Amino acid sequence: MSIKSLTAEQSEFQTFCRAWLEENRPPQHPVPLPQAAYEVTDPSHLTYLSDWQAKCYEAGLIASDLPKEYGGHGMTGCQQIASNEVRAANVPYFINWIGLGMAVPTLLECGTEEQKKTFLPPIFSAEHIWCQGFSEPGAGSDLASLQTSAVKEGDQWVINGSKVWTSLGHFAQYMLLLARQDKGNKYGGITYFLAPMDQPGVTVKPIHKMTGESGFNEVFLEDAVVGDHLRVGAVGDGWKVAMATLTSERGAGVGVGAVASESPALVMKQLIQLAKDTQRNGRSVWEDPVWRDRIMKVYERTEASIYNSRRSRLKPLNGGAMRIPLQGKLTGSEIGQAVHQIALGILGLKSSLYVGDAKAPANGKWPLGYMNTYTGTISGGSSEIQRNILGERVLGLPKTK
Amino acid sequence: MATPKDFGFNEDINMLKDSYARFLSEQATIEKLRPSLEGTEDPYHGQPRVPFFDRDNWDQTVALGMHAVAIPEDQGGIGMGLVAATALAEEIGRYALATPLTNTLLASFILREASTDAASALLASMAEGLRVGLALYGEDGDLGPTSTDVQVTGDTLHGQSWYVTDAQKCDVLIVSAAGPSGIDLYQVDVNAASVTVMADTIVDLTRDQAHIQFDGTDATALTTGGQGADCLQAAMPALLTLTAADIAGAAEWQLQTTAEYAKVREQFDRPIGFFQAVKHPIVDMMIATDETRSLVYQAAAAFDFDRDDAARCAHLAKSSASDTAEFCANRSTQLHGGIGFTWEADVQIYHKRQMHSQFLFGDGVWQRQQLAALL
Ligand SMILES: Cc1cc2nc3c(=O)[nH]c(=O)nc-3n(C[C@H](O)[C@H](O)[C@H](O)COP(=O)(O)OP(=O)(O)OC[C@H]3O[C@@H](n4cnc5c(N)ncnc54)[C@H](O)[C@@H]3O)c2cc1C
Repeated sequence: MSIKSLTAEQSEFQTFCRAWLEENRPPQHPVPLPQAAYEVTDPSHLTYLSDWQAKCYEAGLIASDLPKEYGGHGMTGCQQIASNEVRAANVPYFINWIGLGMAVPTLLECGTEEQKKTFLPPIFSAEHIWCQGFSEPGAGSDLASLQTSAVKEGDQWVINGSKVWTSLGHFAQYMLLLARQDKGNKYGGITYFLAPMDQPGVTVKPIHKMTGESGFNEVFLEDAVVGDHLRVGAVGDGWKVAMATLTSERGAGVGVGAVASESPALVMKQLIQLAKDTQRNGRSVWEDPVWRDRIMKVYERTEASIYNSRRSRLKPLNGGAMRIPLQGKLTGSEIGQAVHQIALGILGLKSSLYVGDAKAPANGKWPLGYMNTYTGTISGGSSEIQRNILGERVLGLPKTK
Repeated sequence: MATPKDFGFNEDINMLKDSYARFLSEQATIEKLRPSLEGTEDPYHGQPRVPFFDRDNWDQTVALGMHAVAIPEDQGGIGMGLVAATALAEEIGRYALATPLTNTLLASFILREASTDAASALLASMAEGLRVGLALYGEDGDLGPTSTDVQVTGDTLHGQSWYVTDAQKCDVLIVSAAGPSGIDLYQVDVNAASVTVMADTIVDLTRDQAHIQFDGTDATALTTGGQGADCLQAAMPALLTLTAADIAGAAEWQLQTTAEYAKVREQFDRPIGFFQAVKHPIVDMMIATDETRSLVYQAAAAFDFDRDDAARCAHLAKSSASDTAEFCANRSTQLHGGIGFTWEADVQIYHKRQMHSQFLFGDGVWQRQQLAALL
């Protein structure tokens, strides 16, 4: 099938999305939003962003293609269009990124009918914010070494342990929780739960990032209780379910909207403008061939990711269904980091001026943005782990373990 | 106008690509090349290399009609665009083949921009199987469209063309020459008495290269009034894209060959691909190759569907391709260890082809200079 042109329904929907986004763009919040949803801590930002997400959901820009019984809008081939339009419109990001990007695909793939009907609609409307309780102090890249325990008592589970780096834990009503029901079985001893956060056994403590912002937390689970009906998949099948979550997190799922306020293409444009506007040795940095070459190299790679995602949908040309999608998080985060490194170089001494300094170029967005690029290169499986996965799953190289 | 979501790879082009790939996969391109290399190894005392031309392969290519893909229908060709030609170029690279098909495709796009009767006539002869070469550059290897050491006086050429790829496989040359009204393109018979082809000793074992002397050579003008430079400029996105496609195909071979080797070669009781110092660079080869391939398809689509954006996309593609050529060649040899450094290993053949392709029509640094000027 050729996907050269949109169907009548799709192109009508695209026109609608464009017009709707133009008319409904929310007024700016008086306090500037952080660069991405990972860093939101201000409760007034939460309200503002939740309202915005709910509005987009009502308009059909979220859950466009999902069946009505799960709160979806029952369209076909429209989510991609909505997401592209949302990203292009330069509107606020969706706060419930873990809900939309991880909980939804996981529930659709592995949840019960009951779970899908109960949990999906409030995720779409941002009524329930979700967080992901996978990582622990002793379990990062080697996630399956996690130790948080789950003990069955009657028709519920009692959870003890601690989670770390839990993004949005401070706002969340539910957590995607991995816990161990069997200490003797590394991969087969893990079970997957939808854990309510509003209960006495759950304590959330914020952690500050290197940027000085927060957004992630330690979460202590002390005799926290989760009903058995909130288990996803069979007891001991948690690792398999977690893979569904992680595949989406690493960009191989169907994206819904955007998590950052500025697209890579926009940041690239800003970089070129920065070079044109910055003077060095009596000429603009843009006229310096050394800087030009560095800028054009990241520009080339930014453009390549755009056409990579186009090619990944073309069966005869993609070299296998997962080959390009599994590269997405790795290349996106590394290119973004390189873009910011160049920006700091162009700024030179001015790059020392940080958020809050009256003279800081663009309010310190370049040094702040640079530091925040490590979110992408570390979380959701570090770049090193992504290279393991690509080598093993796509190229068939022997497993590192 | 935007480019199509499938890069213009319609069913016809996918079939064309598949059938040419199938044809080449049965051609044993490297095995056939090998005998021509015997005795030529030693750069100090070895025999001079006689360029290998697989004539049978070419005859079959013509019989299949592949050579006519980008020749307009009015001149007896198939009249397809750069997307189709790019699909073929990628397969040529994958099989490291030196075939007149490459120059035929490049020349088709140059002549399509020339729009003279002589250019149409040459396209018609190419549709019959006439083989062309491109003599565009002067000795210093400057890449601008006015780079030539050939002068035209009346209807005859004097001077030298340099870096003429696959010169020993062609019947006629398209020569860039300077005259009173600027640069024009001329057609000359490579076998004319006043033409001397001097083979270069080159690194690449698959292609041949020569510099060529013209001593009052009779020439037919393919462009007039100094339109040659504009004509080359207009065709340049196609030349860059086709060369980048060749690199992408060869890089994919380097990737797959290196990954396979890493699965079978054991050291420290494990296949070497187990070790991340081996595994991760192979993944980086894949990433580089995929970026190049996507940019190549976009560049081809831009040329066919969105000509205003063609130059930008072509510089992006060749910039990426040139760097990918260097990187994949480098890692393919390194990760094969000692065997990769030998004459016997096929990785050395691809390595040298990539070293050559990297600089054809300009390397990454050159492309990025041209690109920045457009932004
Ligand atoms: C901003 C941010 C937000 C996050 N949000 C969440 C969240 O919401 N929920 C959640 O569960 N987790 C979250 N994380 C945690 C994240 O998933 C982990 O940090 C990540 O998996 C790495 O684990 P680690 O920090 O323990 O590092 P380690 O695993 O200790 O890694 C340290 C270094 O060793 C390398 N390394 C480790 N093992 C290997 C190997 N086998 N081969 C090669 N190199 C290796 C790593 O790549 C890294 O460079 C977040 C992290 C960040 C930075």
